[in-house]
Amino acid sequence: MTRILRALLCAFVPLAAGIASASALAGEVQVAVAANFTAPVQAIAADFEKDTGNKVVASFGATGQFYAQIKNGAPFEVFLAADDATPAKLDSEGATVPGSRFTYATGALALWSAKDGYVDDKGDVLKKNAFKHIAIANPKAAPYGLAGYQTLDKLGLAAEIKPKVVEGQNISQTQQFVATGNAELGFVALSQIYKNGKVTSGSAWIVPANLHEPIKQDAVILNKGKDNPVAKQFIEYLKGPKAAEVIKSYGYQL
Amino acid sequence: MPLDSADLQAITLTLKLASLTTVLLLVVGTPIAWWLTHTRSKLKGVVGAVVALPLVLPPTVIGFYLLVLMGPNGYVGKITQALGIGLLPFTFTGLVVGSVIYSMPFVVQPLQNAFEAIGRRPLEAAATLRAGPWDTFLTVALPLARPGIVTATILGFAHTVGEFGVVLMIGGNIPGRTRVVSVQIFDHVEALEYAQAHWLAGGMVIFSFVVLLLLYSGRRSVTAHV
Repeated sequence: MTRILRALLCAFVPLAAGIASASALAGEVQVAVAANFTAPVQAIAADFEKDTGNKVVASFGATGQFYAQIKNGAPFEVFLAADDATPAKLDSEGATVPGSRFTYATGALALWSAKDGYVDDKGDVLKKNAFKHIAIANPKAAPYGLAGYQTLDKLGLAAEIKPKVVEGQNISQTQQFVATGNAELGFVALSQIYKNGKVTSGSAWIVPANLHEPIKQDAVILNKGKDNPVAKQFIEYLKGPKAAEVIKSYGYQL
Repeated sequence: MPLDSADLQAITLTLKLASLTTVLLLVVGTPIAWWLTHTRSKLKGVVGAVVALPLVLPPTVIGFYLLVLMGPNGYVGKITQALGIGLLPFTFTGLVVGSVIYSMPFVVQPLQNAFEAIGRRPLEAAATLRAGPWDTFLTVALPLARPGIVTATILGFAHTVGEFGVVLMIGGNIPGRTRVVSVQIFDHVEALEYAQAHWLAGGMVIFSFVVLLLLYSGRRSVTAHV
């Protein structure tokens, strides 16, 4: 009996050690990503994996939600936020690696409908106000939602349009309300509906940047990623030319 | 007062939603439970399984299908538009429809258990005394099933109050129409308003505990009577 056990151990220990060392070789980094950056980060992560052999494990959600999770011990090592205020707040609270914060993209806001020709390229559809529902992301949690409300304010339409607003919990859910046709139109991130210089489906108005505060999206390395070289490597990769190309192709400014 | 007017509005709305849903569920669920108890149809298994589906499906699945089905391109959406009701997502009516589906098993199953516990003998006895089927149902079956009806009412109500995922997916978070307490709590947490979140969340814990306490202590006294 003991002999069998010993034989088994001899067989398995090196195997287990081999698996452990293999997983140590291919590093990975846990990244919390603002929902609007879902598509670009998937493309960038694929390139990153190909170029470095290291893996990006991404979670997608609303920036405010991630803040609460990070403050309560979520295992994220890098945070790609949809604004600059949340990473700055984490910075001041000592939850980040000092000096790691930078703006990885400046977002553009779009008024979008799943129907062709519904949204004109000047946004006059808002003034006509002939729709039943307009989807906007929850402004407390999602910066694109805040920008949407700021745009309505700037156009002087807030009072008339507010009763028609349906709120998505994040920018993805907002897009989904519009995509299913339940809301005729909505404010989404341009990156969600834009690829290689074109709106991918339906009709859209790219909201001029002077109608809302700039949507500066900051990235930061969190305390949990302090000792992970892959976290640093990924941030550097995000600053590099290959990532920049991807980011621009989704309609972001750098 | 630590709860602001938006919180109170959410509480009122939640109670309204849960009450209406419970009443509708008792009306719809009783015949279903009765049929499930007494039928010899081959469809019994299928209907029972469909009623129980919300127990195992994640609310996101129900919410997603409701959103798609009730939307302008969905079958239900086309019917409601043709009837002049308009589209159901983002409306209180839509939430009621979602809640009725979502809480269905919590009402039908206790009712079915109660009807099964009565058995056929009291009903047959009533029939030999020349009571018609309606008479038998109203004066024999329903009074005997009372503990089950109480359980069904409490569970249906409490489960609707505790609903989150379905409302999140089809509600659109509109104050006074679709923003219920669970969503309001989620909003507070996302906006880092933890103090307000605590008041509402703590209230939910106490409410749920009291409801279950009533249910379980009530249940013991019922068996004691027997």
